[in-house]
Amino acid sequence: MRIADESGLKELKNSVLQERDSLRPCITICGGTGCHGYACEKVIAAVENEIERQNLKDKVSMRVTGCHGFCERGPIVVIYPEKVFYQRVAVDDVPEIISQTIINSKIIERLLYTDPNTGVKPVHEDDVPFYNRQKRIIFGNNGKIEPTNISDYIALDGYGALCKALFHMTPDQIIEEVNKSKLRGRGGAGFSTSKKWAITRASKKGMKFIICNCDEGDPGAYMDRSLMEGNPHLVLEGMIIGAYAIGAHEGYIYIRNEYPLAVRNVGIAIKQAEELGLLGKNILNSGFNFTITVHKAAGAFVCGEETALISSIEGKLDGPRPRPPFPAQKGLWGKPTNINNVETLANVPLIIERGADWYSKIGTEKSKGTKIFSLVGKVNNTGLVEVPMGMTLREVVFDIGGGIPKGKNFKAVQTGGPSGGCIPESLIDLPVDFERLTEVGSMMGSGGMIVMDENTCMVDVAKYFLGFLDDESCGKCVPCREGIEKMREILTNICKGEGEEGDIELLEEIALTVKETSLCGLGQTASNPVLTTIKYFRDEYEEHIRNKRCPAGVCLDLISYSIDAEKCNGCGACVRPCPTQAITGEKKKLHSLDQEKCIKCGACFETCKFDSIIIK
Amino acid sequence: MAVEIQKVKSFIARYKNEKKALISILQDIQAEYNYLPQETLRAVAECLNIPLIDIIGVATFYRTFSLKPRGKHLITVCSGTACHVRGGLKILNEFEKKLNIKAGETTKDRQFTLETVACLGCCAIGPVVVADNNYHAQTSIRAVDSILKKYRKRKK
Repeated sequence: MRIADESGLKELKNSVLQERDSLRPCITICGGTGCHGYACEKVIAAVENEIERQNLKDKVSMRVTGCHGFCERGPIVVIYPEKVFYQRVAVDDVPEIISQTIINSKIIERLLYTDPNTGVKPVHEDDVPFYNRQKRIIFGNNGKIEPTNISDYIALDGYGALCKALFHMTPDQIIEEVNKSKLRGRGGAGFSTSKKWAITRASKKGMKFIICNCDEGDPGAYMDRSLMEGNPHLVLEGMIIGAYAIGAHEGYIYIRNEYPLAVRNVGIAIKQAEELGLLGKNILNSGFNFTITVHKAAGAFVCGEETALISSIEGKLDGPRPRPPFPAQKGLWGKPTNINNVETLANVPLIIERGADWYSKIGTEKSKGTKIFSLVGKVNNTGLVEVPMGMTLREVVFDIGGGIPKGKNFKAVQTGGPSGGCIPESLIDLPVDFERLTEVGSMMGSGGMIVMDENTCMVDVAKYFLGFLDDESCGKCVPCREGIEKMREILTNICKGEGEEGDIELLEEIALTVKETSLCGLGQTASNPVLTTIKYFRDEYEEHIRNKRCPAGVCLDLISYSIDAEKCNGCGACVRPCPTQAITGEKKKLHSLDQEKCIKCGACFETCKFDSIIIK
Repeated sequence: MAVEIQKVKSFIARYKNEKKALISILQDIQAEYNYLPQETLRAVAECLNIPLIDIIGVATFYRTFSLKPRGKHLITVCSGTACHVRGGLKILNEFEKKLNIKAGETTKDRQFTLETVACLGCCAIGPVVVADNNYHAQTSIRAVDSILKKYRKRKK
């Protein structure tokens, strides 16, 4: 059934809403990849069975939604209309949820989230501290819709912005509106979206393309996956509007192979949109044609770089090439091509629908709107958070993230993935936007925010990123290929206790050369992890080099495990997990650890409940 | 699984023998055989009229592809940043020790292949291990044994 025009879409929306009783209880279960890690599929099956078994099909609905963001507490269940928030829900909890919360409106206390700092147990989703300080204008609908059901999206005014764009705006007006909103690319560099669109529009050479970059390669960031998986129509709508604005009739979604659920959901979404006439030939009878093809990436970080991405879609192996010409002038198959990141496109429908004036009120002077960050690592509330640009790191890490687990000390936050840097505690009040992050030597990147505590070794972190980049450098240009490898070698030596005086200076020298002489963004930013860790944590490097000590207790060659005679109560819990039988001792008596046998795997440290394993 | 060249040719035909579909074709072959058998690559080279060396180039450039047969069960340990700071490397070392292979290798009995991935995009639940497409959240060194046990028993 095709929708004929704008009023047809409104009619469809109204008929969907009429069929639904907004007061009827609806159990929503997060079906994102994170919750799958906690076997949410079993909870989903249990809810289905229980509704069937208690014969409640007419009284209760259920919905498997996209990612809610609070992945760490999964599987997450939210019960509408009150939005009762249950976390860590197990299969055995399901009958009680139905008989108590659904039928008797009783709250099951043990399933509520407990604030680790205050002990408070909020009942409703909006009262959970993780959520109530966020501004979820892009990400908020993920929890309300079933990504594989286009009706859910339409019920929330979905594709309304597309109608507005197609029937009430010219392409130039759309670009002007996006320009006024000051939207900047969310993929890393933060280039003005409207400028990119305008350049591609101005290239009047017949065929043009638009590509959605979902090759989210930065380790530690996953907002694009969650958007694509949880609200694919939002991205499609943004992409169609973009295509109309620049005059493209063909689009590609370049998506990571490691994201099977996103590939599946966006495939279904494209099909549904086509069936309704929102995509394909003569969209809503406006005369505008646009088709989208999904291209599964094959796993190469460098393909997130736009020229490498284009050659990958062409089936070639050219890697990055010098710009200009920019893709907007000469891109896919040599035609003008506009590439936008997933989150960038997800912002577009909102800007069109609510207007640039409204949008540009959010954020800082040069960075407008919100940004979704993946707040992960050593932080209590881990997950995806959407906040207005300009919120301070402190608010994000401590107010939303709830601080550092186990009462440990905050050390740094790493932003921007392998291209970014580590920001120390002294800069915790930094407002987060494109400019501020670059000023301190890091960058926004795609929005990874990895929190590190006193047990994270900064030299090891630098070594980790260089190892990643060494593997992922395409090898085309010498400074990147050789420079990264050399830096990695030096860092590995330092971590082994084989560092020498002068290593830090040599690292700095190589780092600056790689930065200044590499061809593409991968090499140009590859030094950031090294430079920022040296800048802010030089003492840690020096400790490794001069005293052969790893203060954080991470670098295996520099540490040893032992047992604290005062704290060990001889419970014996550490004996069994030790893979080399290095720990011995009688029950209820002080245990001992044989240094010769110990392989420093940390199994005892993980097991001990009394902090009696010491790492030195 | 024996390689049927006719089948490989049908994969290629799906994409109308177009050169640009090379990566997609290799993905389809890998989905079928779990790796890229040599004779399939020769068939692709012939049908698409691309030099074999260029196909090997693509097959070795991208992480997804394997030129060696893989085990019955695929264990992938995430080595993304978030998993790394939470001790992902220790989990990997434990798998290497227990399986007596290095990452990227397959056990002699062809039961397990151990691989790493740069990031699985579920950083909040790290360290993450994926075994035959099942995600395991917040794994620990102690969890390694039980994961392996589960799959040792299981016939795919």
